[in-house]
Amino acid sequence: MNTLTDAWEWLTDPVHWPGPDGIAHRLLEHLVLTVVCLVVSCLVALPVALVLGHLGKGGALAVNISNVGRAVPTFAVLVLLLLTPVGRWGEGPTVVALVLFAVPPLLTNAYVGMREVDRGVVQAARGMGMTGRQMLFHVELPLSLPMVLTGVRIAAVQLVATATIAALAGGGGLGRIITAGFNLASTPQVVAGAVLVAGLALVVEGLFGLVERLAPRWARGAP
Amino acid sequence: MSASSGRDARTGHHNETAPGTSRCNGEVTAPPDDCLARNEWICGEYLSTRREILQDAVVQHLQLTAASVLIALVVALPLALLARRRWAAGPVLAVTTVLYTIPSLAMFSLLLPVYGLSASLVVAGLVLYSLTLLVRNILAGLRAVPEETRQAARGLGYGPIRLLLTVELPLALPAAMAGLRIATVSAVSLLTVGAIVGFGGLGNLIYAGMNTYFKAQVLTASVLCVVIAVAADLLLLGVQRLITPWTRAARG
Repeated sequence: MNTLTDAWEWLTDPVHWPGPDGIAHRLLEHLVLTVVCLVVSCLVALPVALVLGHLGKGGALAVNISNVGRAVPTFAVLVLLLLTPVGRWGEGPTVVALVLFAVPPLLTNAYVGMREVDRGVVQAARGMGMTGRQMLFHVELPLSLPMVLTGVRIAAVQLVATATIAALAGGGGLGRIITAGFNLASTPQVVAGAVLVAGLALVVEGLFGLVERLAPRWARGAP
Repeated sequence: MSASSGRDARTGHHNETAPGTSRCNGEVTAPPDDCLARNEWICGEYLSTRREILQDAVVQHLQLTAASVLIALVVALPLALLARRRWAAGPVLAVTTVLYTIPSLAMFSLLLPVYGLSASLVVAGLVLYSLTLLVRNILAGLRAVPEETRQAARGLGYGPIRLLLTVELPLALPAAMAGLRIATVSAVSLLTVGAIVGFGGLGNLIYAGMNTYFKAQVLTASVLCVVIAVAADLLLLGVQRLITPWTRAARG
């Protein structure tokens, strides 16, 4: 209990908020890192998954890639990248490692969502003379949107959580507060950093839940 | 004296300097520029000279993963049974989901005041993380048991405990094992983060290798990590096949 009050005091101490090592800057770094990685991984994963799902090909690949992704530690990927030429681009290794980490859930969910679209509906669309592109954008995509968005939510929450690891390799973000706390042997600071990260992850999870609840009709597509 | 200083320069982990130094000095007395001195990614020399360090790290990795998954399993089973009751399902699932959302590094940090810098800290963090996967899957497996099967067992005079142990749990095994496999693979990979408190198994080697730019060490430890994860997954798959022979018979 004592540590918790100490952590709270550390967190609410105005000294710890401003400056390049301050909470405000670290929070911003964390958010920017997460958003950039989420956007990049969506741009990489979603088109591939949608096209594969539309064509009905590469299913084994899409599903297995998420199992493989789980087995490869992000921390190891991050350090490996850090030691390659990519390591010289500042936040480059972090972004690449996090994108590699976020692509599997996006890919798998979008692919499964596309394949779970009722085959009868797809055949009806084809019978109405829709082209492949029309079927993809007007039938399959709207119907699979809930699954696609679930994948985006999972990826976003995991990115917020995993971006912490960037600090172990000298990157920015809230993880730096934790690693700095470890280096200073300051348990209140470590706990305060952990509370911030955990809180941020829960807020992102909650936000996505809220968005899903607010836009159910649109997200489910017109029947 | 000059030979030894030349040698220091070559074992220093910089790719570019090593060959240059050897050409300028023209010394042959210094140890050969093997892959360790050249700091190459793949290095047989590393495997043979650091065998013990690698073995210790692998053993620690296996021990900590096994301990956390087993403890998580022991905790998850009663929780899943509890969550079958309507009033408990919401709270149990909500708490485990929140635990799952908390990042591993943050989890280790939050538990720091409780456990200090110890192996228990890492194990406790991984247990909390694995709970969600296990509880969800065991619960899904139990819920998927057909009501007719339950009624048939009751009709045969099975009491609630016998029903649970001999009918429901075996039928929930495939789903539970799927959860266990995911939890184990995740635990193997997340354990590397435990390096921050010095109990990360192979993660310790990766962390140390990062600070010294030791490429062979980082790559070897990372590959071993993936090998352990895949081996554990296959092992559990084999166990699953062994203890649920009826699923294969049904498929033909």
